[in-house]
Amino acid sequence: MIAELGLAALWLAAALAALQLIAGALALTQRGAALAGIVRPVAVAQGVLALVSFLALVVLFWQTDLSVELVAKNSHSAKPLLYKLTGTWGNHEGSMLLWAMVMGLSGSLVALIERRLPEPTMLATLAGQAFVSLGFYAFLLASSNPFTRLNPAAIEGAGLNPLLQDPGLAFHPPTLYIGYVGLSVAFSFAIGALVTREVGPAFARAMRPWVLGSWIFLTIGIVAGSYWAYYELGWGGWWFWDPVENASLMPWLAATALLHSVSVLAARNALRAWTVMLGVVAFSMSMVGTFLVRSGILTSVHAFAVDPQRGSFILGLLVLYIGGALLLFGLRASSVSEGERFAATSREGALVFNNVMLSAILGIVLVGTLYPLLAEALGAKVSVGPPYFNPVSAIFAVPMLLVLAVGPLLRWRRDSLSRIRLQLVLPVLLFVGALVWGASDAMGILPALGLALAAMLAVASFLPLKGRKLRQVKLPLWGMVVAHFGVAVALLGMASDAAFTKERLVALREGEVTEVGPWTVKLQRIEPVAGPNWTALRADLAASYAGGKVSELHPAARSFWSPPTETSEAALKTRWNGQLYAVLGEESQGGRWQLRLWWKPFVPMIWYGGLLIALGGLLALWGRVASDLRRFVARDKIAWRRSRQGR
Amino acid sequence: MKAKHQRLTLALIAVVALVGAGMLAAWALRSQASFFYLPAEYAAKPPEEGRAVRLGGMVEKGSIKTAADGVTISFVIHDDKARVPVTYRGILPDLFVEGSGAVAEGRRAADGQFVADNILAKHDENYVPREMKGMTNEEARKMIEGAS
Repeated sequence: MIAELGLAALWLAAALAALQLIAGALALTQRGAALAGIVRPVAVAQGVLALVSFLALVVLFWQTDLSVELVAKNSHSAKPLLYKLTGTWGNHEGSMLLWAMVMGLSGSLVALIERRLPEPTMLATLAGQAFVSLGFYAFLLASSNPFTRLNPAAIEGAGLNPLLQDPGLAFHPPTLYIGYVGLSVAFSFAIGALVTREVGPAFARAMRPWVLGSWIFLTIGIVAGSYWAYYELGWGGWWFWDPVENASLMPWLAATALLHSVSVLAARNALRAWTVMLGVVAFSMSMVGTFLVRSGILTSVHAFAVDPQRGSFILGLLVLYIGGALLLFGLRASSVSEGERFAATSREGALVFNNVMLSAILGIVLVGTLYPLLAEALGAKVSVGPPYFNPVSAIFAVPMLLVLAVGPLLRWRRDSLSRIRLQLVLPVLLFVGALVWGASDAMGILPALGLALAAMLAVASFLPLKGRKLRQVKLPLWGMVVAHFGVAVALLGMASDAAFTKERLVALREGEVTEVGPWTVKLQRIEPVAGPNWTALRADLAASYAGGKVSELHPAARSFWSPPTETSEAALKTRWNGQLYAVLGEESQGGRWQLRLWWKPFVPMIWYGGLLIALGGLLALWGRVASDLRRFVARDKIAWRRSRQGR
Repeated sequence: MKAKHQRLTLALIAVVALVGAGMLAAWALRSQASFFYLPAEYAAKPPEEGRAVRLGGMVEKGSIKTAADGVTISFVIHDDKARVPVTYRGILPDLFVEGSGAVAEGRRAADGQFVADNILAKHDENYVPREMKGMTNEEARKMIEGAS
């Protein structure tokens, strides 16, 4: 019953999306103007129906309804409740329904609250949003129906991939999806603006909260995914340049560029065509990411679909939307009039530099991610890893981060470096000092540069506050300061991890002791333990930092029985100045056990920095939305007074 | 600079930077992409010493040996034509077993041995390293038959 309700809601949502597209497009013509009134209500209803459909699937997973094929294939009655619920999107069909649901709800929200743009632009935007949604509804209904019944019902479910049985699954996919799909709104705004040739500050202000919001979610999603991979995979690394990681990084890079160019457009009415272009590119990168991850081209824990028909379907959607949007851009870009001019040394100039560098990094990541796929099509099997990505992206990241120290200090339109040279003395000294120290430590070029940039940015990020009364500083400025400081913090963590990590790989008997960095670690015993759906061998480690207090760590090797899989559970001990990371290996000869230990100074800074970046975005979003609301309220008051006076 | 041409100038700068990035990427890929070798290819045309490559094949039965330190492991990866000795210091993936497929990431040492930094094996019963997944069923079967 619930499965049928969910399916019916999905069909209805698809039908309403078609209606929204047709009515929106017709309402732009003179003869169809009467249809304009229904577009917004239809958009709202479409989002609500998508939500109903998604909730129906959640209920099916909650009840472990084994007469539904998807549930039988991906869940198990003995699974903990949290993983039953999160299992809803731990599979191909469910995750695509989550995608469509977020996209529908974003459309609803735009329809409900956005009143600043001219009505034709809004209609074109909502029609564009419906057009994109329709493709994903068609994909779900035609080749990925999550509600297919199984007759007869299964006796027991097949279970969820144990790597996914982790609290991280509750947050990582939904946050990333909200980020990915939120960018669809920026995409639709760009389409709406191109169709009606209304590119200007009002368009930028309408688009900015969506870009900011998506970017915040993407940032949190990437940070969470990185930390999850760090402790779940047991390899001690936090970023592997795996194609699925790149798939989330690429939309983030595009959204970061868009975030900065949209500010230029809102404040100065410049970079018009470029901002529209980035709006198209950002969501295109989300779709490319989905295609890479979900098509089965890549083999990983993220690739659920191995059905080639699905891959071709997503590829078709990709070509349709990206190709269509770029075609529209090509036709209309020349009619978007040139924006305000600015000198090279100005806030705009610095932001253009940031945008070009981010785009270059995006290109490098895209080429490196697609190259193995292209090479494979030509018959060569290659893989591309850190030896390519690290140095090549650094060539563009380092100049970008240098300009990041200066850009926020520059004035709009025209400025000179000599005006701010005194402010730059301290950051430059820190940069040079840290670089010299790093070079003397023989830690390698990239870690040394990373430390130097981190030291410089940590100070430079606060300089825009200089000479201001802190109480009067507006939230968006605080947001910028916090986010840029977050970049410095994350860089410190990355460079410190690369430069100072100590590793120890040993085989110990029970009672034996080893050392890693300042830590002394004793293997006390190995014991079997049992969980709800697994058994494990667990090591009891007693670790003390520089002879201080002893703390316990319990790395383990778990065996799940449904599906039968083994995972290694790393154990972490966090101090203010770093993390001890322990992995238990196999039994070796003579009753010894393999242990891999890392001491990673300041490594948590990577994720704290990432969270600060997201917090900065949140402050800016809060500030923007609050001032928009104040403006609306003021406008309503004036309108109300006028109507009373008129009476 | 004539202000009138600002848009053109900006577009040109962006294009130059992006094309530069693309060329740099292409150049770096040629020198940094790591190629995948089957044991037969590895024996016939060995990769340059020290260059990062991947070696994929079956783990020979009875070949896994652990050194006295308990953490240095040596084994043989083979197909029906050739055998390559591999050494690895580290913890093996849970499903690394003799007679099944594995991919070793690493480089060729001076003595012809393969020194692995990382071993990829089946994660679960559905997971196969990407390079081996691309194989047709015959190739994979041949590889497995060669192993037994």
